Amino acid sequence: MKLVMAIIKPFKLDEVRQALTELGLQGMTVTEVKGYGRQKGHTEIYRGAEYAVNFLPKIKIEVVVPAKLVDKAVDAIVAAAKTGQIGDGKIFVVPVEQTVRIRTGETNESAL
Amino acid sequence: MKFAKYVLGAVAALAVLTLFLIDPALAQEAAAEVTEPAKPAFDTGDTAWMLTSTALVLMMTIPGLALFYGGMVRKKNILTIVMQCFATTCIITVVWMVIGYSLAFTDGGGMQKYLGGMSQVMLKGMTLDSAHSLAGTIPESVFMTFQMTFAIITPALIVGAFADRMKFSALVLFMILWSIVVYAPIAHWVWGGGFLGGAGVLDYAGGTVLHINAGIAGLVTAIYLGKRTGYGTENMAPSNLVYSLTGAALLWVGWFGFNAGSAVAAGTRAGMAMAVTQIATATAALAWMLAEWLVHKKPSVLGIISGAVAGLVAITPASGFVGPVGALWIGAAAGVGCFFAATTVKRAIGYDDSLDVFGVHCVGGIIGAILTGVFAVEAIGGAKGALEGNVGQIWTQIEGVAATLIWSGLATFVILIVVNIITGVRVSQAVEVEGLDINLHGEVVP
Repeated sequence: MKLVMAIIKPFKLDEVRQALTELGLQGMTVTEVKGYGRQKGHTEIYRGAEYAVNFLPKIKIEVVVPAKLVDKAVDAIVAAAKTGQIGDGKIFVVPVEQTVRIRTGETNESAL
Repeated sequence: MKFAKYVLGAVAALAVLTLFLIDPALAQEAAAEVTEPAKPAFDTGDTAWMLTSTALVLMMTIPGLALFYGGMVRKKNILTIVMQCFATTCIITVVWMVIGYSLAFTDGGGMQKYLGGMSQVMLKGMTLDSAHSLAGTIPESVFMTFQMTFAIITPALIVGAFADRMKFSALVLFMILWSIVVYAPIAHWVWGGGFLGGAGVLDYAGGTVLHINAGIAGLVTAIYLGKRTGYGTENMAPSNLVYSLTGAALLWVGWFGFNAGSAVAAGTRAGMAMAVTQIATATAALAWMLAEWLVHKKPSVLGIISGAVAGLVAITPASGFVGPVGALWIGAAAGVGCFFAATTVKRAIGYDDSLDVFGVHCVGGIIGAILTGVFAVEAIGGAKGALEGNVGQIWTQIEGVAATLIWSGLATFVILIVVNIITGVRVSQAVEVEGLDINLHGEVVP
């Protein structure tokens, strides 16, 4: 099992969700986050006063997938979230040691 | 604790004053009045409109101004500023009842040119049937309360200039002193029979008395207190412009009570005042938005609502005197003028007027006061402006502006020195950085 963590542009969330659902993945966790990469921040002007806003709003998707689906999931996210513009985001894949479904007590892949 | 002593002192003084005022002859007077045949002829239409206007103007301060300002400060200070607006409403109500109304609207005898008298301290003589000479068709109770709402919003406007850094105890003391020493005399000068009204200064609903007055007081306070910690280097972006837009909209609606209510009658002049208020406000909002669009490349929410308030301010002195076309020009001038005052000029001079009380209210008020002298139409308000050949009216208007700037500026400065000695005016840097809400009021917005 791997945890696929993707930081994407907020307006791409629905396309990414759809792409992952089509792979048969049944669930994900989504968080509104702020951050910056090469895109850096931007400036806002209020009554002539300029403020540098360092962090931009992004969406973080976390989904745990069976090992055999990892590459497909990553490809699906890339395909759905890509605009070609700076600020499209990043994907991180990390190993997961254990999964438990709280309601039934099932573990690992059968709990996904 | 130190502050509690002052509150106790004030309450004691008030109690003594009340005792002093209870007159053994009062019961007999009341009995005599019952047999008095001549009662003032109140007009129910006028009275109904003024009851409504009074409620509208109160709504301008709470919640209008509180929300307008609240949305513009950082989240850690939002409760402090809405508290300041609310507390000011309560404080000025009592001050106006005790002495403010008397100082502004009664005959001052030998001092009449500059200040009213003490004859209506504690609203003495205000009965069910009494009327003020300025408003013969409505009960004095309505006139007094209507004027009270004006006395409330004026000092409440100043709050925006020293947002994020004034002690609450200092605010309480400042508001009491300022209302008595600055607002009451200036209201008397223009409306209560003082020298500015006598000189022919046109100020329909209080552009001079309220906005120039509050605006210059704001500038003096902002400079006296100094800049906010981190001004120019830290992000001080508004916390929630939806609050500010809601507040600005309430101000706009309430302003119909303010301007059309200043007719003190439900008549033709009130109708025209309402129409020109709407026209000038919308025009100024668009003018600010366009200027900002050109200069900063984006039309902002804060820009359009600031423009609307600038237009409301500028049309205030003019509302009972000018026609629709005059209102259009006044709105356009206020929108562009206040935009540059609150952005370019403020940055060039380098003072930290947190929410642009000076840039919007003082500059807008001056634009409105002077343009009233240009666009006044005799057929509407009985006074000719420069366009009808009375160029001298512009000078008279400038005289009113200058007198207000000088008195309000100087007196505000002296009041600040006194307050600083008694309570200290500014919070510590630690409090400022952590936030005033949690430190001064023990509450936070989650």
